[in-house]
Amino acid sequence: MDAAVNSVYRRRLLGHRIGIALSVLAMAVGLGFLLWILATLLINGFGALSHTLFTMDTPAPGSPGGVRNAIVGSLMMVGLSTLVSTPVGILAGIYLAEYGQNNKFAAVTRFVTDIMLSAPSIVIGLFVYALVVARFGHFSGYGGAIALSLIAIPVVVRTTDNMLHLVPNSLLEAAFALGAPRWKVSMTVRLRAVKAGVVTGVLLAVARIAGETAPLLFTALNNQFFSLDMKQPMANLPVAIYLFAMSSYEDWRSLAWGAALIVTFSVLLLNILSRTAFRQKNPQ
Amino acid sequence: MMTSMMTQTLSSPAKTAAHAKPKTKTIEISGLDFYYGKTKSLKNVSLDVHDKQVTAFIGPSGCGKSTLLRTLNRMYDLYPGQRAEGSILYRGRNILEPGVDVNMLRAKIGMVFQKPTPFPMSIYDNIAFGVRLYENLSRGEMDERVEWALKKAALWTEVKDKLTKSGLSLSGGQQQRLCIARGVAVKPDVLLLDEPTSALDPISTSKIEELISELKGDYTIAIVTHNMQQAARCSDYTAYMYLGELVEFGETDQLFLNPVRKETQDYITGRFG
Repeated sequence: MDAAVNSVYRRRLLGHRIGIALSVLAMAVGLGFLLWILATLLINGFGALSHTLFTMDTPAPGSPGGVRNAIVGSLMMVGLSTLVSTPVGILAGIYLAEYGQNNKFAAVTRFVTDIMLSAPSIVIGLFVYALVVARFGHFSGYGGAIALSLIAIPVVVRTTDNMLHLVPNSLLEAAFALGAPRWKVSMTVRLRAVKAGVVTGVLLAVARIAGETAPLLFTALNNQFFSLDMKQPMANLPVAIYLFAMSSYEDWRSLAWGAALIVTFSVLLLNILSRTAFRQKNPQ
Repeated sequence: MMTSMMTQTLSSPAKTAAHAKPKTKTIEISGLDFYYGKTKSLKNVSLDVHDKQVTAFIGPSGCGKSTLLRTLNRMYDLYPGQRAEGSILYRGRNILEPGVDVNMLRAKIGMVFQKPTPFPMSIYDNIAFGVRLYENLSRGEMDERVEWALKKAALWTEVKDKLTKSGLSLSGGQQQRLCIARGVAVKPDVLLLDEPTSALDPISTSKIEELISELKGDYTIAIVTHNMQQAARCSDYTAYMYLGELVEFGETDQLFLNPVRKETQDYITGRFG
């Protein structure tokens, strides 16, 4: 009896150890590559960091310069598309969560959203090129913002929808029991209960579009000069990185590393800041 | 309103413990059937809930007592496939009729649930949420109402210095009293309590039981409970249910001391259930 128990137990223990070893290995591989990328970025990008990176515009080869115009362009386009996609995405997510159970229109919306989530961003770039750039005859910052919005909206819709489904029925019933109409329950109690999750969804979307290059190549393209006019072609960090990193000039490649460092760490910082600000004090 | 209440005086049921004042029926349930999809879970239930009295529903799990409570504020409406047939007259009007404004009904018939369900907002806003739905109060009036409701629920002294803290930061027993305060704050006519103490420790439970007997002065109360002693302690009327049927309904003293049906006797003496 004792021996039998021991052999069963020993076999289970062995299985446990193998399982743990495999998951640690998997984590090490994933984390290892991530750290490798970050380390390379830090080593190469750190040398490029200087105040001129933030104060001067993209230069001709051989002359001093920075990526100020690209930073501003990226901020404007990512900012505008976040402003557009956050309300649209959250409202659509609420619609799906509230009315999406036995409703054809909602089912179609959810299906299309899922397709959009996995659509290659270059296709979205081409779509906006045909719709906006070709019609107006020139590349523009607005085109870039539209393309980025189209990428961000499905991300926000999906996370909002998923998050709202996590709210327990008991909480909703409690709000309904006070005589609250459906929209009120939805906008206050239900949305508020998963505030942190919805914000995370918006952040995911921002992180995703902050690094998108392909859709901007077809829409905002690039601009050598500092410009705040979104009707004109607009400089942006991803396209600047793409152009400079592929060039044969040492100083341009260094600028590309610096720009990559800026993109990565601003996304990281944004994540940390908003996670701290929106952390739920008493998660239940 | 007052006159209609008075004219509905109940011809006093032939019960031993005769109460002095004549009682009015707030809710009259007759021939109520309830379906979860095709499953019939309430069968021809008829009983009256009396004004400013506590009516308890007891019975083993799955007997339909919670279902019955949830028909009284049409909570089942939220779920497609659930439906009720028969009639439930609330102050003379059948609330199962299609034209009934469910939101208004729920503002009049409040509910407290088994598990505490504080909203993810401050203690103050938890109370103010329901009030703001139907009343336009000034800041000062709202402060008074919040204080009044919290005092009614015997929670004021414990939270008066942290009204801006999240409702989720309170203990389980405090959260449940917060939910009662929230229900009371909208000044409903009826309070439905669905096993309000089953998730609480004995001290919190006794606080809430005290509260029930105090609230009964102002509200008509219907309570579902697993705990027979609780029903015996707090209620004026008790309904014993089994398998979706109302087995016996009467004044609590009568039902516990001298039940008419043998099934009731078996259940309350612990021989069954």
